[in-house]
Amino acid sequence: MIDTDPQPAVVAETTKISVRKLNAYFDKFRAVKDIDLDIPEKRVTAMIGPSGCGKSTFLRCLNRMHEQTPGARAEGAVTLDGIDVYDRKIDPVRLRRQVGMVFQKPNPFPTMSIRQNVLAGHTLNGLKVKAPNEVVEQTLRAVALWDEVKDKLDQSGMSLSGGQQQRLCIARVLAVEPEVILLDEPCSALDPIATARIEELIDELKERYTLVLVTHNMQQAARVSDYTAFFYLGDLIEFDRTERIFTNPQVSRTEDYVTGKFG
Amino acid sequence: MSATPAAHRLLEPGPGDRARHLRSRFFTVLCTLSAVVVLAPLFSIVLYVIKRGLAGVSIAFFTRLPAPVGETGGGMGNAVVGTLVLIAIACAIGLPIGVGAGVYLAEVGRGRLRTVIRFTADVLGGVPSITVGVFVYSLVVVAMHRFSALAGGIALALVMIPTVTRTTEELLRLVPPQLREAALGLGVPAWRSSIFIVLRTALPGIATGVMLAVARIAGETAPLIFTAFNNRYWSFAVDKPMASLPVQILTYATSPYKDWQDQAWTGALVLIVVVFFLNLTARIAASRAMGGSRR
Repeated sequence: MIDTDPQPAVVAETTKISVRKLNAYFDKFRAVKDIDLDIPEKRVTAMIGPSGCGKSTFLRCLNRMHEQTPGARAEGAVTLDGIDVYDRKIDPVRLRRQVGMVFQKPNPFPTMSIRQNVLAGHTLNGLKVKAPNEVVEQTLRAVALWDEVKDKLDQSGMSLSGGQQQRLCIARVLAVEPEVILLDEPCSALDPIATARIEELIDELKERYTLVLVTHNMQQAARVSDYTAFFYLGDLIEFDRTERIFTNPQVSRTEDYVTGKFG
Repeated sequence: MSATPAAHRLLEPGPGDRARHLRSRFFTVLCTLSAVVVLAPLFSIVLYVIKRGLAGVSIAFFTRLPAPVGETGGGMGNAVVGTLVLIAIACAIGLPIGVGAGVYLAEVGRGRLRTVIRFTADVLGGVPSITVGVFVYSLVVVAMHRFSALAGGIALALVMIPTVTRTTEELLRLVPPQLREAALGLGVPAWRSSIFIVLRTALPGIATGVMLAVARIAGETAPLIFTAFNNRYWSFAVDKPMASLPVQILTYATSPYKDWQDQAWTGALVLIVVVFFLNLTARIAASRAMGGSRR
């Protein structure tokens, strides 16, 4: 297939995270292979691909969560605003405060109240929050949860519905004031209505944060993302503006996947 | 072609129905019998101890020292207090080590060393308690040149550590790994996530495990015979011999005097009640905490 579309793959954007020659391993198994990718600032970048294609592993390399798995390691360069996060001098713990993460299953801390969950990123590190009430209100407003929980901030986070729990988890990440938020299939445990609310939220958050979204739901990627990367068997097959991936993909395998021929 | 749907045949008895129902009843009866056989010894022990011991329960039993041979009356006040002191010493030594080792096994350790430690804990848990007593005798009592409450507490701690370690490990493993990831994802160091999230979440269950371990050592006799020994007087000094209910029961039950034997029964009753309440509190506390965290 010959590409006649004259538009460049990526129009002028500021790169927030730049990935070069990234390889990720589980013991001997190479799950992510030689990935080169630039993630633009204050945009939503989606990673799609069939299960086991390495998209989650790739995401977890960005804030060095991958290496937490026993036997897992990564090679290559991931630079955040020009700083190599795999540099020896970088403390992964502090990196994760700048590159926050939201997980597949909502995971509020069960022993903590809603308020304590929001502040957990500070209190767990033994830090005092200067104006805790403001932080709680601001972040819960940012995730559109404030009106629903303002009268029960001292109840357990587990008392909320799945969608509310997930928004609480996003609030908890926002409270640490990150610049990048990694979302690892954040809606896969939620019903369609809760999913729609999270998607709305993602759209609002991109005004202030760089978001990277792993999803197995192609429609979701099409709805919320500006850029889409298609992964297959650990390789990055194609990366482009989302509408091009879905309307005019350059690689036939991408087309087969987004049109539902496999995956 | 017959027009009768298969479902209609369900109304009539089928082949093998009778035999199947008989077999079912037979196994139900068998299981019920086994359950009764399990319960029977417990109830007969408790009832018999109540029958022999209840008459001796009095305030004096808890407040007074053992009476000299030939005198009637007297109590086991020092042994009741001694048992509590020994449990306290055992917990002070055993809990930090036991819980710490459990955290190591579940959160920190990797590979060969972890396997070795886990195996060692299991073997230590299977060591007969009299052996623990002799071991502590040769290590502590011989070195200090006397029996002491401290030696008794160390012996009891050695008995409880494997239980506490393995319970802690098992319960930490039940904490969903997602919680740990959530904390790490927020930029919390691994050791803080282990303590403030994983250990904190498992705490109610661990508390139950600890109470059960305490209930077990409360009744241990063998580790104390060569270590805490016994004492006929009030003593709170940890470097001196100390009385305890199990050893006092042993001494009195094997004595030739009728009133001492009666007091041994009363002591046994008190011990059973103490252990029973420890168990009960542990279970109530656990179910409360579990219910509370879900709300």
